[in-house]
Amino acid sequence: MSKTNLTRRGLIKTGAVAGAAGLTLPTYLRADGHSGFTNAPTGSTVTLGFNVPQSGPYADEGADELRAYELAVEHLNGGGDGGLMNTFSSKALQGNGILGKKVEYVTGDTQTKSDAARASARSMIEKDGAVMITGGSSSGVAVAVQALCQEAGVIFMAGLTHSNDTTGKDKKANGFRHFFNSYMSGAALAPILANNYGTERKAYHLTADYNWGYTTEEAVRNSTEAMGWETVAAVKTPLTQTDFSSYIAPVLQSGADVLVLNHYGGNMVNSLTNAVQFGLREKQVNGKNFEIVVPLYSRLMAKGAGANVKGIFGSTNWHWSLQDEGSKAFVQSFGTKYGFPPSQAAHTCYVQALLYADAVERAGSFNPCAVGEALSDFQFDGMGNGPTLYRGEDHQCFKDVLVVKGKENPTSEFDLLEIVEITPVSQVTYDASIFGGELGACNPGA
Amino acid sequence: MEAIILQILNGLDKGSAYALIALGLTLIFGTLGVVNFAHGALFMIGAFCAVTLSRLLQLSHTVIDDSQTDFLGNPLKVEVPYLYDIFGQSTGDAIIDWAVPISILFAIPVMIAIGVAMERGLIKHFYKRPHADQILVTFGLAIVLQEIIKYYYGANPIPTPAPDAFRGSFDFGAALGFDPNVIIYPYWRLVYFAFAALIIGGVFAFLQFTTFGMVVRAGMADRETVQLLGINIDKRFTLMFGLAAAVAGLAGVMYTPINSPNYHMGMDFLVLSFVVVVVGGMGSLPGAVLAGFLLGILESFASMREVLEFLPGLNQIIIYLVAIIILLTRPRGLMGRKGVMEE
Amino acid sequence: MFGLDKKHTNLLLLVAALTMLAPFILNPFPEGSGMAQFNAGYPDLMQRFVIFGIFAIGFNILFGLTGYLSFGHAAFLGVGSYAAMWMMKLLTMNVIPAIAVSIVVAGLFSLLVGWISLRRSGIYFSILTLAFAQMSYALAYSVLTPITGGETGLQPKLQDPRILDGALEAGASPRANLFGLEMTSSFEWSVGSWLFTFNVGYYVAAVAMLLSFYMAIRIFNSPFGMMLRAIKSNQQRMNYTGLNSKPYTLAAFVVSGMYAGLAGGLMVAMDTQVGAERMFWTASGEVVLMTILGGAGTLIGPVLGAGMIKYMENIMSKINETILHQWFAFLPDGIENLLVAMVYPFIGKGWHLTLGLIFMLVVIFLPGGLVEGGQRIARLFKRKKPSSDTPDGKTTPAE
Repeated sequence: MSKTNLTRRGLIKTGAVAGAAGLTLPTYLRADGHSGFTNAPTGSTVTLGFNVPQSGPYADEGADELRAYELAVEHLNGGGDGGLMNTFSSKALQGNGILGKKVEYVTGDTQTKSDAARASARSMIEKDGAVMITGGSSSGVAVAVQALCQEAGVIFMAGLTHSNDTTGKDKKANGFRHFFNSYMSGAALAPILANNYGTERKAYHLTADYNWGYTTEEAVRNSTEAMGWETVAAVKTPLTQTDFSSYIAPVLQSGADVLVLNHYGGNMVNSLTNAVQFGLREKQVNGKNFEIVVPLYSRLMAKGAGANVKGIFGSTNWHWSLQDEGSKAFVQSFGTKYGFPPSQAAHTCYVQALLYADAVERAGSFNPCAVGEALSDFQFDGMGNGPTLYRGEDHQCFKDVLVVKGKENPTSEFDLLEIVEITPVSQVTYDASIFGGELGACNPGA
Repeated sequence: MEAIILQILNGLDKGSAYALIALGLTLIFGTLGVVNFAHGALFMIGAFCAVTLSRLLQLSHTVIDDSQTDFLGNPLKVEVPYLYDIFGQSTGDAIIDWAVPISILFAIPVMIAIGVAMERGLIKHFYKRPHADQILVTFGLAIVLQEIIKYYYGANPIPTPAPDAFRGSFDFGAALGFDPNVIIYPYWRLVYFAFAALIIGGVFAFLQFTTFGMVVRAGMADRETVQLLGINIDKRFTLMFGLAAAVAGLAGVMYTPINSPNYHMGMDFLVLSFVVVVVGGMGSLPGAVLAGFLLGILESFASMREVLEFLPGLNQIIIYLVAIIILLTRPRGLMGRKGVMEE
Repeated sequence: MFGLDKKHTNLLLLVAALTMLAPFILNPFPEGSGMAQFNAGYPDLMQRFVIFGIFAIGFNILFGLTGYLSFGHAAFLGVGSYAAMWMMKLLTMNVIPAIAVSIVVAGLFSLLVGWISLRRSGIYFSILTLAFAQMSYALAYSVLTPITGGETGLQPKLQDPRILDGALEAGASPRANLFGLEMTSSFEWSVGSWLFTFNVGYYVAAVAMLLSFYMAIRIFNSPFGMMLRAIKSNQQRMNYTGLNSKPYTLAAFVVSGMYAGLAGGLMVAMDTQVGAERMFWTASGEVVLMTILGGAGTLIGPVLGAGMIKYMENIMSKINETILHQWFAFLPDGIENLLVAMVYPFIGKGWHLTLGLIFMLVVIFLPGGLVEGGQRIARLFKRKKPSSDTPDGKTTPAE
């Protein structure tokens, strides 16, 4: 009784095969009837769990993630145009499901709350027999669900999570992240900012008062200060703040000539809208034009802030206007199915699903330890971000980072950002040990 | 010095928003004795009146432009608003630009209708029910309303800018003889402040100087006696509910350029507006307005970095801290009446 | 039996039977069938049912008996959770000390909050409790990050001291246990195509729930409970008779805070994670809604309300469009699509809408909550002998 047992589907199917219509004797799962890991798929199908925000402020982002997953499942099962499977450097996927098993999926609502996300993930593992959980659009949820997957013995493929913590101090052997992080944003942005705005700048930071805000502020401060910028002040703002006027009003007085908004989601939409409303961008300070920077951009946030994003620099994981083969293939297949281009959240989720399936194929097993081994230090290309490495020490992907800017003359409601620079991976790579944390050993569960 | 002036200005502006929302809430609290958890939803619906009107004005037909391509390489479909066809491009643009102020005219009848329908259809049956039941039913209604909005408009905020004429900010510093660029404040926020002052003043004048208002005030003080005098107070209360809904809705309309509206903006304001009303004192309209400004100004001061350096996290809790202190020193808030909502 | 009269003994036995047999009752549909979607008999949800049941029972001791409406009870749950988590990190992964400490810490915190807030009554009291809870949430999410983990919350880590536990074997991760019996371990029994899961954690939580329920019955029927009801019906008259009501309300507040702490501790014991959202005002609001939905002032009502809301949250939210299409697949395409289009807004991502509608319908048509619904049905069957007795000792829901 000292081992966890979460297998349900596996057992019921073997039980049904055994055919005894009446009572079968109670079985301790550990004793027999399992294949050495949680929710080992035994029938002709395999179930994946897509755990995305469907209610709450990130519901639209979650909806886009879900579209991407549905597309990925279609492609894995051999439907559609195959999408990124055609451009992916690994050719292990055949379009016949994963290891010949048809891919099925269950969905759940994280509500962008760690408790709700874990409840949803646990129901997928305990009730639906999911062998992998993926999705989410905040770091709090990612860290919470990742810890759960480690304990339950399934693989977690993170969705949109940008905090250093996910693959830093809170990293887990069963968890993997394709999305970039705060450190990379800072490292990629700083040189572009120095090129465009000069090295003699005084920055004023407004920072969301929680973990992600702290790591982002630190990353941007360190990398811009290394370029010669000075940080005049850094003020923390509550997550629940909706009107940022009292934080923005004193900015000009401080003598700063750049405002950095370390905000995400609704916070970012509101703080940027307020800052532009104050007319900051039309002001001259220290003989220079006043500028605003948003370290992490997403298309949905840009859409929420509307015309206010014009000309404002930020970083992003991926953008649909990229012209490499992988990106073009993905935009084509997503756009044909849904009628509009995919967001970066959709891209990272789609890629994560494919990477998981490919790793299972190459490992020849759904066992999380085998999958983890196949993903660790895996190098691939053709997924839209150029050559990419899944680093084994912290399960973080290393790839080029995009620096983008709000477009002056958008042609549609999706055409809001333009790519300014593709920062090469070498500039954003860091030593795995700098954020602490312990990966631990992989846990196959049962 | 400049910093202080700036934060007072800011506090007045924030406070006007709080006061406006709290005013509508306390009208319902005070007149009808109903704890209306759907008040935030009314504020949100007001904001979406502006969104809806601006969408209506931008109703478009598509024209295929072969010279440009969309993201899939097909010819670009350009949306042309019908207003362009009717008034020509420049007038059409000007009308679309002024969508938010125009929405005020649109929102008033819509919000009064919603308010009256809510009162007649639902709230009326809850006057004699315990407050807990009122909370449950209005909270349920708030969820339903916001989910309906979410179903049609999505969860993402929708940018609804102010007219171009109100872009940018006014330089108080230069006008008062300080250095330029030191005390600046956006034009639209000044408009909001003036608008709020106008509405608040209007509501007070209405209650103070009209016969209708006198009867309502009498009804607030002693409903039974007024009814015994043969006055149909119920009808007037229904209208008061409509008025409160309109006040909340207008607060929402004018708020849209300040923050892009989204479906849960009402819930974000709900707790805060209850705190404002209670700090002001139950059943007191002036109390609600006073508390709105007080909390707005204190919140602004608490967000100054000079303050946060000594007391990190003060900006997180200031509103609640002030509420606790006031309620402990003044048993019924700033101006509350004895016996209202105390049982 | 147990010092209860016959009516209450029967109620207790009924609840005991229901909780012990929950793995059967909640899994009525065979695996693999279309209806299996509605099965709730998996460990996580069963645990949540009883934990939130405890939370709501405790809340009802304050609200149902004294009428004081606290809008900050989630803070006690959250504080209990943090306390339990720290016990697990520092002392041992055994759940007993964690739960004990969570009750004590939540009790102390509620003593402080109650002592201050109970100086006021009515809505002023509600706002005071709300203010304390919101401050706890805001601070836990931000400046207290070193203690609370902030946004990412706290989980047990490999490098935690755990001074009473021996070293972990290589590759193992720390797990909550009861003297070595892990909370996550389950025993499964398949009968035909049914599968029943008996989870250790669930039974630990269920026993705690039964004890809490028993305590609640005793409190409801004690002189202390009578005193609390007197406060609700007319506090002024009570004060005129020379009784000081404050110690009684404060005691009720602390007891219900300890119930919340127990629920918080159990949450950590079942699922080793704690985050600040647990203390947000919506979480406090949820327990209010659970209690009113089920029937405030009744014994069983809050538990029913908790079950209803958690069922909606966990089962309804998981039904997506694909599943709907499977359900209606036997119909002609046109009708199938129409039906899906009609049902879809209410399930899956629209589960909030259904929840809101249920709140409204219940409170409009069943003023006494779900319990009143049960009573009406019971009356329907008992029409032959009209009598004044209320079934199962459920007191009539007073306001």
